Amino acid sequence: MYAQMVKTDSDRVKSLNEMSAEERAFQDRIDRGEKIEPKEWMPESYRKTLIRQIGQHAHSEIVGQLPEGNWITRAPTLERKAILLAKVQDEAGHGLYLYSAAETLGVSRDELLALLHSGKMKYSSIFNYPTLNWADIGAVGWLVDGAAIMNQVQLQKASYGPYSRAMIRICKEESFHQRQGYDIMMKMAFGSEEQKAMAQDALNRFWYPALMMFGPSDKDSVHSAQSMQWKIKINTNDELRQKFVDQTVPQAKYLGLTIPDENLRWNEEKGGHDFSEPDWEEFFNVIAGNGPCNAERLGARVTAWEEGTWFRDGLMAHAEKHEARRAGRAAA
Amino acid sequence: MSSEWPLWEVFIRGQHGLNHRHVGSLHAPDAEMAIRNARDVYTRRNEGVSIWVVKSADITASSPSEKGPLFEPSNSKVYRHPTFFDIPADVGHM
Repeated sequence: MYAQMVKTDSDRVKSLNEMSAEERAFQDRIDRGEKIEPKEWMPESYRKTLIRQIGQHAHSEIVGQLPEGNWITRAPTLERKAILLAKVQDEAGHGLYLYSAAETLGVSRDELLALLHSGKMKYSSIFNYPTLNWADIGAVGWLVDGAAIMNQVQLQKASYGPYSRAMIRICKEESFHQRQGYDIMMKMAFGSEEQKAMAQDALNRFWYPALMMFGPSDKDSVHSAQSMQWKIKINTNDELRQKFVDQTVPQAKYLGLTIPDENLRWNEEKGGHDFSEPDWEEFFNVIAGNGPCNAERLGARVTAWEEGTWFRDGLMAHAEKHEARRAGRAAA
Repeated sequence: MSSEWPLWEVFIRGQHGLNHRHVGSLHAPDAEMAIRNARDVYTRRNEGVSIWVVKSADITASSPSEKGPLFEPSNSKVYRHPTFFDIPADVGHM
């Protein structure tokens, strides 16, 4: 999930008779499966929750360029480098779509960025882990983009129209990314002993952080019920995590790699795998800003923003000058 | 100073498309940059052959609450839906 732990301003779901007539009509529309569009009435808390969720999602796309961008200059072949460049460019586009979707809710992109830069808005915990070897780029595509798709496919059905449409567009490209990541993993896992060891090491380090992407366990996820009632979240965190594990285990097996979990086994009764929970203390620590790369990631974003100020202003001044000249010519 | 770049709406006509369709929006300082960015973001995979950009501020939208009266097709005005003319069979298909 690219938007973990999104607060909803309420810790329980309102019953129908606690709602105002407007709220009830709104909830009825959602229950009927209608999409909510930008200019329509919506409860203030729905609007705010969506701004948080879509904003966090957009920030994740942008910050997510950094761990992968880390390997662009060091990609082992020209082909891999070109693919990685195209992928990182896609992520920028995904950020753009999502900021646009968030802006339909009455917040501006620069406002959202200011909240990110001041640490008041989050991005996905996964991007606070370092990419230490080339196989990590494979693991990120395979596991991180895989987990993102798992989450985003269900969000194509989200109740807010612009968000749902952004998800449809993004999912298509996200699946290219997952396949290219898996392709790197295959190359590594079927390569030399050293390459295989790198692939295993990458899987070892990214497995639990990938499981954390779905957010805390349902029993600790106080805001899920409200988000699900509003259909801005369709499946629970644990459902999606289970689906992800079940999908990923055979893929790891094909690679001849071992998932770093001694409790992982098929459970015939539930028709899914049993597996160990990630270390939730670590998760809350990373979310709070104390993960391995939090300071570095945010620092890189803030530096880019601050050092780019003169450039953004320059383009704006140039555009205004031309506009004024054109207006002058039209008046003459 | 730092003023925010304005928002632009992007319309693209697909390779076999007859008309431009709204595909999304983006921020850019001017129309030329908006076109360039739209090219990069929205047409990287052969999605289109023609781009229009227009400042979001220049668009006026109908309000959802007017939906009823605005789109009322006046079905009572039968002369707007003239499906009842009888053409003599001898005239042939018309």
